[in-house]
Amino acid sequence: MSKTIKLRKGLDIRLVGIANKVKTAAAAPKTVSIKPLDFHGMIPRMLVKEGESVTIGSIVFQDKYKESIKFASPVNGKVEAIVRGEKRRILEVLISLDENQEASNSGAIDINALSGEDVKAKMLAAGLWPFMRQRPIDVIADPKNEPKAIFVSAFDSAPLAADMDYVLHGKNAEFQAGLDALSKLTSGKVHLTLNGKLPADATFKEAKGVEINTISGKHPAGNVGTQIHHIDPINKGEFVWTVNTQDVANIGSYFLNGVYSAKKTIAITGSEIKDPAYLEVIQGTNVANILEGQITSDNVRVISGNVLTGDKIAADGHLGFYANQITVIPEGNQLKFVVTKGWMGPGFDKFSNSRLFPTYLMRKKRFTLDTNTNGEERAFVMTGELEKVFPFDILPMQLTKAAITDDIDGMENLGIYEVAPEDFALCEYVCTSKIDIQDKIRQGLDLIAEECM
Amino acid sequence: MKFLENIVHKMEPKFAKGGKLEKWNPIFESFTTLVFTPAHVTSKGTHIRDGVDLKRTMMTVIIALLPCLLFGIYNTGHWEMVAAAGDRSLDFWSNGGDKMIAGLIVVLPLIVVSYGVGLTIEFIFGMKNGHSLHEGFLVSGLLIPLIMPADVPLWMVGVATAFAVIIGKEIFGGTGMNILNVALLSRAFLFFAYPTSMSGDKVWMAGVENTNVTGFTGSTALGDLASFMSEKPVFENLETFTNNYSLSDSIFGYIPGSIGETSMIAVLIGAAILLITGIGSLRIMASFFAGGLLMGLLMNVVGGNDYIMLPPLYHIALGGFAFGAVFMATDPVTASQTATGKIIYGLVGGMLAILIRVLNPAYPEGVMLAILFMNVMAPIIDHYVVQSNIKRRLKRLKTT
Repeated sequence: MSKTIKLRKGLDIRLVGIANKVKTAAAAPKTVSIKPLDFHGMIPRMLVKEGESVTIGSIVFQDKYKESIKFASPVNGKVEAIVRGEKRRILEVLISLDENQEASNSGAIDINALSGEDVKAKMLAAGLWPFMRQRPIDVIADPKNEPKAIFVSAFDSAPLAADMDYVLHGKNAEFQAGLDALSKLTSGKVHLTLNGKLPADATFKEAKGVEINTISGKHPAGNVGTQIHHIDPINKGEFVWTVNTQDVANIGSYFLNGVYSAKKTIAITGSEIKDPAYLEVIQGTNVANILEGQITSDNVRVISGNVLTGDKIAADGHLGFYANQITVIPEGNQLKFVVTKGWMGPGFDKFSNSRLFPTYLMRKKRFTLDTNTNGEERAFVMTGELEKVFPFDILPMQLTKAAITDDIDGMENLGIYEVAPEDFALCEYVCTSKIDIQDKIRQGLDLIAEECM
Repeated sequence: MKFLENIVHKMEPKFAKGGKLEKWNPIFESFTTLVFTPAHVTSKGTHIRDGVDLKRTMMTVIIALLPCLLFGIYNTGHWEMVAAAGDRSLDFWSNGGDKMIAGLIVVLPLIVVSYGVGLTIEFIFGMKNGHSLHEGFLVSGLLIPLIMPADVPLWMVGVATAFAVIIGKEIFGGTGMNILNVALLSRAFLFFAYPTSMSGDKVWMAGVENTNVTGFTGSTALGDLASFMSEKPVFENLETFTNNYSLSDSIFGYIPGSIGETSMIAVLIGAAILLITGIGSLRIMASFFAGGLLMGLLMNVVGGNDYIMLPPLYHIALGGFAFGAVFMATDPVTASQTATGKIIYGLVGGMLAILIRVLNPAYPEGVMLAILFMNVMAPIIDHYVVQSNIKRRLKRLKTT
């Protein structure tokens, strides 16, 4: 039974710099990178050495503990460097590009002729498995588990997010093939959840073999975690797999063409971008040539992903594995005088979910927000504010406190299996006490993974 | 402001780790963060943060308290003049300027002592624990004088504040960790430690002890009402009481009492500020009032003595009921934290306040004790609300 869900809780943070619907192909970057840090908790074992050449779809490293999970090179080229950090931890694998970026084609694969195990084996061997993520814990799916359902969100409701209807327009065949492959992987349903506020693109509307649900409301309506909670919530001992919208098409493209597909369309957004637009890029691309001449000031933060869950990267850094957008916002590393821009100021430049600023009345205005924390960290004082932006039947403050105090029983009872750090991003945003809630939840999940899984 | 900013930047290294004045850093930080929102940027998690912080939140509560403070100062001045003249029928709104000055002379020292003692202790603990001043006391420091009787000796306020901040808050870990409302605790401390100077009819008007008019007492409405339970009531029956204290006088606050609590109008202006800005919990305020009215009605039905028969609206207008409901019960740290819990907390708190008032002759004012009791009960209420949430999730597992 497909469901229609309406959310009353949530918050749309209205930022300046939404991408115009213009799509161009980016020039080939000098390097691409695969960052093991994008895959939480995964420790890589390198299969290539520095200087070795790689081709599109050839395996670069594998998960040290779950060896069947492999990671493929998105380009033809040469391993330029394996960058290591403290304790020789691998931070990223840099690959420089050859001029020839033709991929060797091994021919289309008929999904219908394959069993679920075959599909799984093909995806693992082709390096497509990292696209599959699992709840609980929010890590790469363990191929040994049997998911009770697979969830795909057909839209992204994060601030300045790429419009998936626009991005995947015309990719019906790939997207459908991807869904077909996914439905082989579970005995349960594949849920595709559409945005109830806008008419969906034909790619999503006409998808077959899946359960189509609609959800409407403010962010985090587009988060897959919200959708799981309202459609088919996770109980202890159950697994649900999730896949990003674009990655479904990439998986489909592999089965249609027999080639590892590493192309994706990202939105270049944020108040410090001259003309925000869409760009077709390679997974893990260096962003230097993308941002060249686009950034309007010196003191900026470049984020791979959105402002709530993305990662800070250098202006010549690389796009994250799961990122669908780049956001550039001003750094807020300046002192702010109390009555002009500080805590007692009129606050026309501040966006807040509380009603303490006049901007609360400006329901349409878009804001330029910087990275200042707008205050210092404190103990939890205010109550009821996290609940306003958390559309789960879960008590966010109590769960966060259980995570902070390493209370395993408490976390299990309060619903830790249903959540990922990204579900708490808005809670972290609105928190008066400036607590790093996503980080606390992640630590809680790590503890659960260690003790209970 | 470049000039001030430069000073801060110049002084910063001295107070930084390894600097000459390192151990004074918490104080340096407290003052600089008062003048400048610091240049802290997000490091993990979300890259942007809401504009709100604890300083602005607490400042809003202080603004919401201003109507009570201003009216309280004026009212204190008025009753001081009444006490001097020995005539309760003095016109409230004449000689406004003199009353304001007379009130300020009484109230200002109370505020200075409360903030002075409290902030000093907070700074000492801050230095010991290496953190800057946490904002909680900025509100407590103003609440304490507002719930004191006008004639309370300054040293008592100092001792009570010290007790409340150290025993009530700092030993639990500071702002956000306390179980009992700090301001109410200071009042409760005085009430039990110095009962003779905190009740009766000697403290509610400044200078009443020195009045030369024979037969004049500085009694309050609640004190007079409580006397219905004794052998010798001040008034013969409820009717003579209501003739003396009209409902409108109680609502506007033209009656003696603790400094900030008398005017329901001023309290409601504060409540409006708290509710419009969303800082005060509507659930707690509304259910607290509802609980009070309900218990008042219930008592009317039961009957017994004249105090029990007091109309419920009077209960809410008299004494510290409204002030407690709006500013004390809603303290987010000590109240219930769950949405359902807040309603139960407010409702039971309001009922208890009236119950203590009318059934216990020893405590003419039940609001303080009711809220403190509910502070202690709040974690238990929350526990059961959380358990029901957990049970709901477990049930889901069984049905599937």
